[in-house]
Amino acid sequence: MAENAKPKRLGFWFTFLPPFAWMTVLYFVPLVALLTYAFQRHEYVRIIHEFTWENFQQIATNPGYRNTLWRTLWIANLVTLIDTLLALPVAWFLAFHAGRFKRTLMILVLLPLWSSYLVRVFAWRIILGYNGVLNGFLVHTGILREPSTLFLYNKFSMVLTLCYIWLPFMVLPLTTAFERLPTRLLEASADLGARPFTTFRRVTIPLVLPGLLAGGLSVFSLTMGDYITPSLIGGAGDILVGNLVASQFGVAANWPLGSAFAAVVLVVIFCVMALLSRKGVLENL
Amino acid sequence: MKKLVTLFTVLVFLFMHLPIIVIIIFSFSEGQILALPIKGWTLDWYRQALQDDRLRTGLMNSLKVATAATVLASILGTLGAVAIQRYRFFGRQAFRASVVFPILLPGIITGVAMLTFFANANLPLGLLTVIIGHATFGFPVVFNTMAARLARLPRSLEEAAADLGATPTQAFRRVLLPSIRSALIAGALLAFTLSFDEIIVTIFLTGNQNTLPMEIWARLRFGMTPEINATVTMVLVLSGLLVVTGQWLSRE
Repeated sequence: MAENAKPKRLGFWFTFLPPFAWMTVLYFVPLVALLTYAFQRHEYVRIIHEFTWENFQQIATNPGYRNTLWRTLWIANLVTLIDTLLALPVAWFLAFHAGRFKRTLMILVLLPLWSSYLVRVFAWRIILGYNGVLNGFLVHTGILREPSTLFLYNKFSMVLTLCYIWLPFMVLPLTTAFERLPTRLLEASADLGARPFTTFRRVTIPLVLPGLLAGGLSVFSLTMGDYITPSLIGGAGDILVGNLVASQFGVAANWPLGSAFAAVVLVVIFCVMALLSRKGVLENL
Repeated sequence: MKKLVTLFTVLVFLFMHLPIIVIIIFSFSEGQILALPIKGWTLDWYRQALQDDRLRTGLMNSLKVATAATVLASILGTLGAVAIQRYRFFGRQAFRASVVFPILLPGIITGVAMLTFFANANLPLGLLTVIIGHATFGFPVVFNTMAARLARLPRSLEEAAADLGATPTQAFRRVLLPSIRSALIAGALLAFTLSFDEIIVTIFLTGNQNTLPMEIWARLRFGMTPEINATVTMVLVLSGLLVVTGQWLSRE
């Protein structure tokens, strides 16, 4: 056994060290660097290296910033909820009723991820715009007398596009969760006289909950950080916190304030993760 | 009930693919403006897209970045998964939880964190920094599929190889690798496609060399043009072929 221990230890360091070093130096050190910026001051074009709460005070007191944060939280929750409701029946169907079409349908779920995210977001402009596909259809069928401008550049179009763009991230883990569901438990529940809805609520949902929450966490987090969709599809006043981060690191060039926004996003997501980690969500990602 | 679920699923699939269908249709439409009604059909946009130098350069840069990032992510992800599944060590759970951060936290956080880091380290922004960024979120993608596969693989195989006198390298190459190959291909493929299309991290890390999504982003400010539709359609067909090949290679 003794001669075995040495190569074993060597094998451990060989496999552990490269990913550990990469993640530490290139991910966690930058994250910490970002967080330290959040507590520094920006004056003209320089960054003053002294501890301050100024950036967070500014976020808390500026109504525009505060509203954007609330709007982001609200929209991220709404998008997560809608995607859950859309994905539940789909995942159920894929896991139990897809039959020989299953492989093809699973590829179709992934297909949107292989084509440009930007262009798929932009496609909704072509669909929802004044001369768009939807207006064309509605006018042609006589439902509308003339094209409507109500479909694009508002919260509705933004939520619709966000739901669309992140839906696969909900369908995939949920389908896996349904596949792992022991069907004999569902049969047992039915045998014991539970109605289908009761079985669904008391047996199915608790068993697929880790997958559901894992998908929900992805959708929530992706929405919290998106700034492309709001700027392409949303209205002028519908920016999300991601736009604030992007502009502070871009044109406004106020890195400390941008870092403070990023820190707020981080704290929100860590809180959600802490709530979910007890349910075994992190192993299901 | 089953009929209802089937109908609902069909509608959701329609929703998931409507934008792509629209893009493909408009890539053949004659008009310069992407709006109804469609006046006629043409292949001109494909000819223009193929002759467009900037789109071609962007495509080449994207291929370079995605290839390099995928190779790095595959190495890191495989090593990390073996470390997690084959060794017990202090901080194992913490390591496992923290490697998924890059795909759990929004891309914009990764982007600005690396931007501040590279600025402080005086590393000029360019394709190299983009590769580092993409490899970092590709790593957990490969890691997740590999860790799941390794967890299902009996350790006795490797122990048998060692008992029969194989060196660790031999055991890895001849015993472990064949059984994890399909998971590695699946993970690498996903990392590649995510990198190829990435924009949120890339915006912060790129210098003056554009990847294809960056080139498209630069043009989108002036509105979408049919060449972009044609480019995206061609990329979609190519990645479709790539994925089908990958599925075929990773069949069990």
